[in-house]
Amino acid sequence: MIEHSEPHIVPKKTYYIVFATLMILLFVTVAMAFVPLGPFNIYVAMAIAITKAVLVVLYFMHVRYSNRLIWVAAGAGFVWLVILLAFTLADYSSRGWIKVPGK
Amino acid sequence: MEMDRTVVAEERPTIIDTVTGAIRENYLNANYGLKSWFLTVDHKRIAILYLISITLFFFLGGSFAVMIRLELITPQGDLVQAETYNKLFTMHGIVMVFFFLIPSIPAVLGNFLVPIMIGARDMAFPRLNLASWYIYVVGGLFTLGAMIAGGIDTGWTFYTPYSTSFSNTYVIATGLGIFVVGFSSILTGLNFIVTIHKMRAPGLTWFRLPLFIWSNYATSIIMVLGTPVIAVTILLVALERGLHIGIFDPALGGDPILFQHLFWFYSHPAVYIMILPAMGVISELVACFSRRRVFGYKFVAFASLGIAVIGFLVWGHHMFVSGQSSYAGMIFSFLSFIVAIPSAIKVFNWTATMYKGSISYDTPMLYVMGFIGLFTIGGLTGLFLACLGVDIHVHDTYFIVAHFHYIMVGGTIMAYLGGIHFWWPKITGRMYPEGWGKFSALLIFVGFNLTFFPQFLLGYLGMPRRYYAYPQEFQVLNVMSSAGASVLGVGYLLPLVYFLWSLRYGRIAGSNPWKATGLEWQTSSPPPTENFLATPVVTEEPYQYSPEETEAEYAMTKKENVNV
Amino acid sequence: MSETHSSLVAHQFDDGVQQKQATTLGMWVFLITEIMFFGGLILAYTVYRIKYPEEFHHASKHLDYVMGTVNTCILLCSSLTMAFAVHAAQEGKRKLTMIFIVVTMVLGAAFLGVKGWEYYTKYTDHLIPGPNYDLNHLWEGAGLLPKTQLFFSLYFAMTGLHAFHMLIGLGLMTWLFVKTKRGRFSKEYFNPVEVCGLYWHFVDIVWIFLFPLLYLVDRSH
Ligand SMILES: [Cu+2]
Repeated sequence: MIEHSEPHIVPKKTYYIVFATLMILLFVTVAMAFVPLGPFNIYVAMAIAITKAVLVVLYFMHVRYSNRLIWVAAGAGFVWLVILLAFTLADYSSRGWIKVPGK
Repeated sequence: MEMDRTVVAEERPTIIDTVTGAIRENYLNANYGLKSWFLTVDHKRIAILYLISITLFFFLGGSFAVMIRLELITPQGDLVQAETYNKLFTMHGIVMVFFFLIPSIPAVLGNFLVPIMIGARDMAFPRLNLASWYIYVVGGLFTLGAMIAGGIDTGWTFYTPYSTSFSNTYVIATGLGIFVVGFSSILTGLNFIVTIHKMRAPGLTWFRLPLFIWSNYATSIIMVLGTPVIAVTILLVALERGLHIGIFDPALGGDPILFQHLFWFYSHPAVYIMILPAMGVISELVACFSRRRVFGYKFVAFASLGIAVIGFLVWGHHMFVSGQSSYAGMIFSFLSFIVAIPSAIKVFNWTATMYKGSISYDTPMLYVMGFIGLFTIGGLTGLFLACLGVDIHVHDTYFIVAHFHYIMVGGTIMAYLGGIHFWWPKITGRMYPEGWGKFSALLIFVGFNLTFFPQFLLGYLGMPRRYYAYPQEFQVLNVMSSAGASVLGVGYLLPLVYFLWSLRYGRIAGSNPWKATGLEWQTSSPPPTENFLATPVVTEEPYQYSPEETEAEYAMTKKENVNV
Repeated sequence: MSETHSSLVAHQFDDGVQQKQATTLGMWVFLITEIMFFGGLILAYTVYRIKYPEEFHHASKHLDYVMGTVNTCILLCSSLTMAFAVHAAQEGKRKLTMIFIVVTMVLGAAFLGVKGWEYYTKYTDHLIPGPNYDLNHLWEGAGLLPKTQLFFSLYFAMTGLHAFHMLIGLGLMTWLFVKTKRGRFSKEYFNPVEVCGLYWHFVDIVWIFLFPLLYLVDRSH
């Protein structure tokens, strides 16, 4: 995570490896959709999607070779998305916890 | 802040136009003609464009407020019809929030000052900066068009399902105007973030930055992370209204409360978009007019970031009576109390800065003191509202109206006006008339309190907001409020007049009329197009004021000024 | 002001390094706003998927997952070719950059073609939300689950917004192609290619999430 003044050129081989991994993950995620996992289906699908996204961010988008500021920027978007989801779902998931009299 | 003394403004060469012989030394006279303004990429000129356009919207929004206060003089609905009244408070809110308060300090003072304060020639993306002004204008015209066509009556909050299924007014058109103007705010925030990260002058480390920069940086974070959510929310409202997609329609399985989550995810932090830059202005002014370094600089700086982050975690306090889960309500209530801490840190630090300072009561300082008092009242009543039980009592009453006007008008507009007075000599090169300045600051303070303090009482007594008629017993307080509003109105019109007057007749200011620190005071007034003749080098922390040393010197210059 | 100011460096920057860092950061900040923009829709999706699990499960089966998979393949390929375009630009190979930009555009257009075809089949199947919406003729159980339309509303909102971003991406690629053709980029100055690449990859990432969320809601039964 050093400041690069010279562009870091990623070797083509890295791109091929990342691409192959992405393709494999794509077929894994499709295949897993047909395995009866019940409620865990979504967690598996999201775990694979996040892995794929991280690969794209790190290698195709060069974050792995970028300075810390870019890491923070990329992370901030994700963290704020989690804030939006977590606090809203905190409401939805706890709605029925208190019984309303007469209902 | 110390800087290379070889580049002080007075020593700069005079550039003389070869054709007209006119002196072309600053950003205002660098070139002439409408084209040179409408196609400018100079952040200072863009700030002026913003200044003019938001002033127009301020007086438009103000005229709606005048109608509201006139209607509320009598208990019966007599001046306007109920539907018209609904449109008036809606358009007052929309214009003031989206077209005045949110762009006010960042787009005018921020645009003008951020690059100068960090010793840069311009923003990182000057053309994007101009684009953001054009986007603002397009959004503004769109909304204006919708208002002329018939207006909108949903309240500035666009609550579903009223806005999506029942209102017969121009919801989609107005919404699209706000959608568009959101992008101007996003681009401004983006530009500030990149500019502050990448364009600082040599030696200008983060802890040498003026607090105005810190607060605008924090504001930009909110603009960038919050605004897209309101954009997509408005898009969904438009889709729901136009195509009945069901997202917010209970009949089709949708949940109107989801709209409130999405709306307040942006619109609570939006309050901090309004107040954080105001706090930045106050930090600059309080140091200068107390001749002291800002007490607890790092605390104030980090409080800005703290507010920006924690401000994103409290939105549910607008939804205590909406049907939101009580447990979520408790979390949001608790976090709303927490977010008061960084705000309180700032208030304590400003007062500590004034303590034992050599305070001079120039117009900007009057606004500072007005701000501190009114913001404190607004903030403390906010704690009432963050408290679940009390909120149920005062929810949707005039108490909340009074509370947020103490923050947005008593806070943001006070700081905005204070900042405009403070930097007016830098922006235009001329001084405003000090006597009139003080007089109108006083009028605004008195008028403001007369307008809005009775509203706390009205709300606590149970008068709901957004009604055009009310029971007889509320009339005295309502008449007080309307009387205060007329004083406030005069207070706002006066600066408009004397600022325009000063453009021609104001005393020439010189580069540093307040003997203030900060890079903006070390270049000429008005600054040259590229702000500095050579890139400044910063070797010191900001606010190197010393009350003992400067008092004598400052008193002397003031005496000179009186003699002139 | 700086002596080393070349014509490739805008006046407000001191040098090319500062300019490059600023534009890259600027694009990242923009992408954050995009995350939050899609975030609103993802929130709506999450809330309703939790609220109506059965509806989502059954409605999702009426999307063609083969088409979805093909389209994901296409987009992943386009990300690879985009990465190669940046790679070629970094090495100053103008012709190669142009070729990869064109291939990326062709793949992007193919994606939109498949998407358009899918939209068309949804239209003929009466699965577009609105007065003509009707899942009953495709599936007899639909009468018991009246809220399935919500899934398709979200499907069209999310994929529609994504397709709109693809269109913008194609616009950017066209602009890049013209610039490259005119020889505006070199080993020293190729930042626009890199920054547009970031945007393209981001749109790809959005799809990486949309695909399982919309097409793969438990196909096991
Ligand atoms: Cu709030």
